[in-house]
Amino acid sequence: MTSAISASGLVKTFGGTRALDGLDLSVASGEVHGFLGPNGAGKSTTIRVLLGMLRADAGEVRLLGGDPWRDTADLHARLAYVPGDVTLWPNLSGGEAIDLLGRLRGGVDRRRRDELVERFELDPKKKGRAYSKGNRQKVALVAAFASDVELLLLDEPTSGLDPLMEAVFQDLVAQERERGRTVLLSSHILGEVEALCDRVTIIRKGRAVESGTLSELRHLSRTSVSAELVAAPDGLAGLPTVHDLRVEGTRVRFDVDTAELNAVLAHLTGIGVRGLTCQPPTLEELFLRHYQGDGDQADGAVASAPAPRSGAAR
Amino acid sequence: MNDFVGTRDLIKLYARRDRVKLPVGLLIMVGIVASSVTGFAKLYTTAKERTDFANGVNGNAAQLFMYGPVVRTDAAGGLVAWRTAALGGLIIGLISLFTVIRHSRGEEETGRAELIRAGVVGPRAQLAAAVAVAVVGNVVTALYLALTMGFQGLPWGGSIALALGLGATGCVFAGIGAIAAQLTESARAARGIASAVVGAAFLLRALGDAGKHDLSWVVWLSPIGWTERLHPFADERWWVLLLAAATTALLTAAAFALNARRDLGAGLLPDRPGPATAAPGLRTPLALAWRLHRPALLGWSAGFLVVGAVTGGAGKSIGDQIDSSSALKEVFENLGGHGDLVDAYLATAMGTLGLLAAAYAVQAALRPYQEETAGRAEPVLATRTSRIEWAVSHLVFALLGPAVALAVGGLAAGLVYGASTHGIGHEVPRLLGAALVQLPAAWILAALTTALFGLAPRAVQAAWGALVVFLLLGQLGGAFGWNQKLLDVSPFTHIPRIPAASLSATPLLVLVLVAAALTAAGLAGFRRRAVGS
Repeated sequence: MTSAISASGLVKTFGGTRALDGLDLSVASGEVHGFLGPNGAGKSTTIRVLLGMLRADAGEVRLLGGDPWRDTADLHARLAYVPGDVTLWPNLSGGEAIDLLGRLRGGVDRRRRDELVERFELDPKKKGRAYSKGNRQKVALVAAFASDVELLLLDEPTSGLDPLMEAVFQDLVAQERERGRTVLLSSHILGEVEALCDRVTIIRKGRAVESGTLSELRHLSRTSVSAELVAAPDGLAGLPTVHDLRVEGTRVRFDVDTAELNAVLAHLTGIGVRGLTCQPPTLEELFLRHYQGDGDQADGAVASAPAPRSGAAR
Repeated sequence: MNDFVGTRDLIKLYARRDRVKLPVGLLIMVGIVASSVTGFAKLYTTAKERTDFANGVNGNAAQLFMYGPVVRTDAAGGLVAWRTAALGGLIIGLISLFTVIRHSRGEEETGRAELIRAGVVGPRAQLAAAVAVAVVGNVVTALYLALTMGFQGLPWGGSIALALGLGATGCVFAGIGAIAAQLTESARAARGIASAVVGAAFLLRALGDAGKHDLSWVVWLSPIGWTERLHPFADERWWVLLLAAATTALLTAAAFALNARRDLGAGLLPDRPGPATAAPGLRTPLALAWRLHRPALLGWSAGFLVVGAVTGGAGKSIGDQIDSSSALKEVFENLGGHGDLVDAYLATAMGTLGLLAAAYAVQAALRPYQEETAGRAEPVLATRTSRIEWAVSHLVFALLGPAVALAVGGLAAGLVYGASTHGIGHEVPRLLGAALVQLPAAWILAALTTALFGLAPRAVQAAWGALVVFLLLGQLGGAFGWNQKLLDVSPFTHIPRIPAASLSATPLLVLVLVAAALTAAGLAGFRRRAVGS
């Protein structure tokens, strides 16, 4: 499997702010890669480095086998980009903007373009200044999906879309994956990422804090356990992998590093178990852990703010 | 009064946003007036010298066209009023209308207005605050102007009259700006409409002052002419200020009436739907640039057509006026003869076209910066379009747009003047040349803007500052004998005064080379710098 995007150690500073601080990102050809992080984490900066709009102060970056800063125009013929905040030319109609952007990219498939306009229920006759945010976003999406390119760089592309259009978008990304296209999808909508992405990179303060498939990420983080024991627990608090332990008589609740689940369950069965619920972390919890925690450690040992839990038994 | 809730807070907000722009504007106005006072004090020390100079001016059509007549001929104040009334009115008028449009239509266009209007803010508060900031700015400017002239030793009565006259002109154009802001959805178009009104006002005054005597009533149609008719330093006619105040009130009331009839963000001139698909030709960056620059090119060309025709038309009238007065004729024969005087007037008028063309060049060269900050450059640059290709597509219009406009202006002047003197074949090439010879100076401004855009994009608006400095060097520096090295900074200093002087190619060539170097530096910088909003 070849690599569509590989970046390592990217650094970019704006004045005193370090927008990217040694960022690593690797996206394989043909995968849909989720790119997640809180506001200001550096997602858009990364994408603009990949587009050759910004030059990284340090680090290596390769895009489709080329250098995005030097081979800009050649690489751009092979990708399509949708910004998170689309502005259109006030005196051009949406249809004109779609055709222009497509042609500048190398050509539009007329039939597909019309089909996309219909699916997104877009009125292509309106002037740029008359569109709402969601409709401006649709113009950029139609222009991107109507071009025949290897790589789609989507920077929060669905902000402003209604749920129906969100479904159309997810459908289109799934189609692109089937056709072997690579997609980098920066997003805040976790359901969208869970539904679409093969792999995920979470960044925070300009660094990748986690990267992998969703199941790998779950494995790296904690499972919450709630158990009814035969006797009051003893020695649980001493286990290094157990966190946030709460004991009420014979009932215990705690979080455990998923990789160490087996050893901890063995300890519990040693005491005697009457009932047991194990819940793997949701994607939301994965994020919140990274979004909220201050001074997060890479090994995930400490999360200073407890993640909210949904009901323990499901 | 619920319609105006929140006006006070908005005034504070707008004043804070303008904390640099308004003081700079005030400084320019004070600079114009103060340098005129010191300049005339140095040049003409006795009443006799001043009267001789003033009589020369009052018989010279080119001077009358640019500045109007000297009303009080024997006093320094009279000369200062003559020199600053029209030019100052033009500048303070532009500053005022830009201020109003920036805070009314500009806010609506960017969507900030909606955010503010959703608060406890009356529907008229934003327009009221925008007008108030401009009016207060004009009052403060007038105060500073009066103090400056008074402490420089001019009579207080005349100083206050001239200062208030200029301030009142600013207020009238604030009202014009308020109306223009109601008409169109885009602030750019509103600025275009209001600036055209300022240009028309300047032109009406120029025609009334330079043309035959039975035309002089035309000056009353122009707010820029009112300061002159106020007669500062010469038995002031204070009631002219009431005319300005009443006009401001009327215009502002009309703007509020229009404002109340429309939706937020909407214009009175309706938007038509566009085509569902792009024309086959819309496939290159240049085609896109053409769509974006076309309205400005058409607007400026139309403006140049009018200005060219009017200046050409005034040529005949100016010649007649000189011929009709034997006393004047004698004065002018000594100065160089009838033909030369009309040519001097034409050269001055073409120089004015050159300044306008430079303003157009700056505006067009700023376009890529505006596209970039609005976020519209990124989607285009994320295609196969290279940065250079994209920047050059805009540069083409910054360079050729002023060329087209100047050609239109020169042709119009040549046709009208030639027709009135039965010499079309002779005058058309002459005046076309006189207009096009201004082009290298306009290109310097386009190139300077491009250099700033590539190398120091945050400072790109300084290009307007450079244009104002060049304008002042030309208008004041030459008259008051400033250091030649300083005057040489302005590209307009080096433009041959055709048709009054002969063509010399060297300075034009040097200007073109400097422009080419600045452009190349700007493009190289743009290729290397970060792009983004």
